[in-house]
This record gives sequence, structure tokens and C-alpha cells, in this order.
Amino acid sequence: MIWQNIQANLPPIIVVALFIWVLNRSRREVLWAEAYRRLRKNKLAIGAIAVIVLYLGLVFLDSVSWQATKSAEPRSAMDALFQKPFENSYSAPLASVTSGEAVEHKLGAKHILGTDSVGEDVLYRVLKGMRTSFMIGGLSCAIAVPVALFLGLIAGYFGKFVDDAVTFLFTVFGSVPDILLIIATVMMLGRGLFSICFALGISSWIGLCRLVRGETLKHRDREYVRAAKALGVSDARILTKHILPNLLPSVIIAVTLLFSSLALYETILSYIGVGMGPEAGSWGNMIDSSRDELTRDPIMWWNLVFATTALLVLVLSLNILADALRDAIDPRLRTE
Amino acid sequence: MIRYIIRRLLYMIPTLIGVSLLTFLLFFGIFSPETVARRNLSAKTPTQEQITTWIKEHGYDKPPVEQFKRHMDSLLRMNFGKSDKTKEVIWDRIHEGALPSFELASLSFLVTLGFGLFLAVVAAYLRGSYIDSVTMALAVVFMSIPIVVYVVGLQFLFGKILKYGPIAGYEPGIWGLRFMVLPVLVGLVSGAGYYVRLYRTFLLDETGQDYVRTARAKGVAENAVLFKHVLKNAMIPVVTTTVSAIPTLILGNLVLESFFGIPGLGSYLVNAISAQDFAVVRAMVYLGTLLYIFGLILTDVLYAALDPRVRLQ
Repeated sequence: MIWQNIQANLPPIIVVALFIWVLNRSRREVLWAEAYRRLRKNKLAIGAIAVIVLYLGLVFLDSVSWQATKSAEPRSAMDALFQKPFENSYSAPLASVTSGEAVEHKLGAKHILGTDSVGEDVLYRVLKGMRTSFMIGGLSCAIAVPVALFLGLIAGYFGKFVDDAVTFLFTVFGSVPDILLIIATVMMLGRGLFSICFALGISSWIGLCRLVRGETLKHRDREYVRAAKALGVSDARILTKHILPNLLPSVIIAVTLLFSSLALYETILSYIGVGMGPEAGSWGNMIDSSRDELTRDPIMWWNLVFATTALLVLVLSLNILADALRDAIDPRLRTE
Repeated sequence: MIRYIIRRLLYMIPTLIGVSLLTFLLFFGIFSPETVARRNLSAKTPTQEQITTWIKEHGYDKPPVEQFKRHMDSLLRMNFGKSDKTKEVIWDRIHEGALPSFELASLSFLVTLGFGLFLAVVAAYLRGSYIDSVTMALAVVFMSIPIVVYVVGLQFLFGKILKYGPIAGYEPGIWGLRFMVLPVLVGLVSGAGYYVRLYRTFLLDETGQDYVRTARAKGVAENAVLFKHVLKNAMIPVVTTTVSAIPTLILGNLVLESFFGIPGLGSYLVNAISAQDFAVVRAMVYLGTLLYIFGLILTDVLYAALDPRVRLQ
């Protein structure tokens, strides 16, 4: 039983372990230690990091789940903490009766942010949306970033035929409208988290690949690369140990921004009907359902407002962090 | 220069073939001809016979390689044929949709860019001041709100609170412009933040250059430095980043059009995708790619024309 539960929770445990390992490694690198020193002075950036860590903590709570008995549905720590009994229908934040019904029903519990059309607690749905958002951002990046890095590095480094092939590839992918790629992929694989991430992944590697290719081109003829070549270092080693670390700062900033734009994109997908299914808590679905809720009387504004706020705070923090990282890693790029 | 343009145009051919292959594969990877036939036939429960004749009629029964050849051939001759679903001639629909698309895209483009550039100049002029930091903070906040929220929120604000007329749809003519107010506004609030930040960076990049120091040293007034020297040079990246947005001018803004029910080319494509109308999808994607590549070439040419330091080769 316990062993089973541990097995079910392996993915979040691996993610957390990787995270700690990366943090630990990066603390020892001079560049990152320096960057962190500069970052620490930026109060806004510390605030943004605090928000992201808080969100990550909640995502983690929602990722760890266990079965109470062998036959029971697995419940996450988030469910145990925040799930509330369903009500009859809509209710305003902190209300004691439902609204928008012919006969008002008394509410069984206090709902700080109100309830939605099926009587589910809005706070709980907002919190559930965090995991969806992070999964979409994280998984899509996990698909897009390795592809972009690999293709960009070899295109910039080897040039000639390889470069032509990669350039051709991203011109072709870049010329097809994103929406078409995404809708077609989601239709092909069926609606669901993984197909959405795959679709977003294959439509978002292009920008990053261009960036990596351009940066690699710049580094290819630098002295340090020539020196490494003269010493007989293999191409693979030059790319991974010499060039890649030099690209990491700009790649990390680009990925932070990519992550935030993916979180925003999820709302568009829900709006055009290829987003997450209705059973998954997602901010896109909440915003989408508010189209109809705003025309009701009384106006059901809470789904829209709270889902937007949660998303805004996340995206804003990521954008602030990206700016702060840019200033911290390379002070010469500072625009002030 | 001419040689450069000719070479770029020649490079276009493999790209166009690649894009057509990709759309072809995407489409037929997803749907078997039979499901497409089922979706496109008007009868509710088509008989097997109807399906087979439909597939035969549209040539979807031939082997994929031959189909692709035919598909490429008709695309290269810009002969798009008829829609699989409605039997409309695709070119007719493109003629119809071009005007609404162009109207929306050009209006939203001009308003967003103009406003973005204006704020960027103000922020760069007052750099380091209170106004600069507030503008930049607002730009980030506005960028961080999903476009869907703007659509829903502004439709609600205009429709329900301000009781302002049409919140979706389209009508030709001057009076029809009232339909454009909301989509243009949504385009502005969701897009301006990005341009303000980008253009401010361009402007401040220029203020760090040596010629600016020289101008200041010889006693040119600060206003003249900014408006005569810096602005002129900063316009180069501004113009080139702007030109790359040209394809959207003609193909329309996919997202905005389908949100506001504007019968332009963008919503035509989005509807065709969900109706599985391959004939329309391939035509529109092909056209879009063509325009996109022309936009890229135009960007490079303009860049060379504006900046004598850049040489095309």
C-alpha cells in the first residue's frame, strides 16, 4: 500500500529532486552565484520569486496524492485541504445562499470565493488551475527546449548543409499559422493535457531555435572555441561544455518568457474549444465559462475575476523575474 | 540587390513545398478521407455509396503521392478550386474576406504601433523618472493579462454597462467602422505593452552610442539629440520589426477575427480547420506562407535600404 503510493508519486518527487540538484549545482558556478548576489538586491525580483515558489508549493501539494484504501479514488493533498462539498448552484463570494436560482438554497459551507455553476468551490478550482498551468508550461517547454537547443546548436556550429536544413525546417514550421498546428495536433492526438503540450511544444520551439542558432553563430569563431578546437576537443564536447554554458543566460530568460506566454495561450485554446477538458481545473475554462456568466442576472463575475487574477499574478511574476534575470546575469544589457 | 531578391525568391520554392507537405501530412494524418467525407457531406447519415462517390469526386481515393503531386500542382498555379464543404470557389471567398481582414488588421496595426511608439518615446525621453517607471510597469501588467479576458471584459463593459452598439460582427462602409472599435481596442491593450517595451529598448540602445555623446559634447540641446539623432536611428529597427507584421495585415488576425465574428480570411481559415475543409485550409496556409516569406524579404531589403551599414549578399 505505502509502496504503491510512493510509486504513484514518483513524478513529483523526481521533479523536486531535479530542481534541488539544479539549484545546488548553480550555486557553485561563479556566474550564477554573482547573478544571484545582484538579484538579491532587487526587491521586486525577490517578491516575484516568492510568488513563484508559493505557486510551486501549491502545485506540489496538488501533485502528491494517495489512496486511503485500495479501492478509493486517489486524492491529492490539495483535495484534502481545500475541497469542499458541492452546493446547488452559483453563489457569490462569502454568500450564505445561492444566487441566480428561482428558489435560493442555503449553502452548506463558507465559500470565500463563491461557487460556480455546478456548485464547486471557486477557490478550489483556482488552486487546481495552478497545476494545469504549470504542467502546460513545463511539459511544453520540456518538449520545445531540447529540440530548439539541439537544432540551434548544430545549425549554428556546423553551418553549411546542417544550417540550411535547420533553417528550412524552422521556416516551414514558422510559416504555418500556430493555430493550425495546434488545432490539427490536438485533433490528431485527442483532447488532453499531453496532446496540448505536444502541440504547444512543436509550435513554440521555433523562436528559441532561432535565438540559439544566432547566439551559436556568434560564439563559433570566438577565441575560446578556436583554442578548444586546436587542443583537439571533440565537437560534441565543445558544444556542450563550452558553447552551451555561454548561451544559458539568454536561453533561461527566453524560456521564462516562453513559459509565461504558454500559460496565457492556454486560455485561447479553451476559448476556441481545443483546451483542457471540462473536468480538469483550468483557468482557461473558468475564463471561457464567464462569457456566459457575465450576461446573467445577477452578474457572476467571480470565475472571471479570480481565475484572471491568479493567472495575472503568475505571468507578471515570471515577466518580472525574466527582466530581473537579464539585469542580474548581464549588467551590460541593463537598459537604464 | 536584385540578385539577392531573386535568390531569396528561389529559396521560397522549397519552403512552399515543405509547408504544403506539412499541411498535407497534418491533415491526412488526422483524418481518413472517410471521416472528412462524412463531415463534409450535407446528409445527416450518408450512405456508403455517397461517401465513396464524394471521395472519388474530390480525388481523395488516389495514392497519397499522386494526391500530393496534384495538390502541389494546383497550389503552384494558384488554382485553389472549390471548397470541399460548400462548393464555393475559394478565390471568391478570398476576395470577399480580404477587405474585412485588411480593415481590422490595418486599423489595429496603426493604432497599436502609433500608441506604442508614442509611449516609448515619452518613456525614453523621461527615462528614469516616475512616469517612465509607471509606464513600463503598466506595460508589463497589460502584457500579462490573457487576450481572452480583454475580449470578455470589454464586450461586457461596452455591451452591458456602456450600452454601446455592436460588440461583434462586421458591416462594410464608414458606418461599419463602429464594429471595429472593440477589436481594435482589444488589439491595442493586449499588444501595445510589448511594443512600448521593445521600442523603448531600441531608443535607449541608441542613446548609448558614441555619436550621441559626440552630439552632446558639442553642445546640441538634449531635445534635439533625442528627436533629431536618436529617433532617426532608432526608426531602423522599428521599421524592420514592423514590416514583419505585414502578412497578418492581409491574412488577418486569426484570433481577433474569430473572437469578434468578423468574416475575414482569418476566421475563414479557423472555421475551415474545424469543419475539416482541406481544400480551404491548404489554400489559406499556402497563401499565408507566401505572404510571410514576402514579408521577410521585404524586411531585409528595407533594412538594407534604411541602414547603409547593412549589405545584402
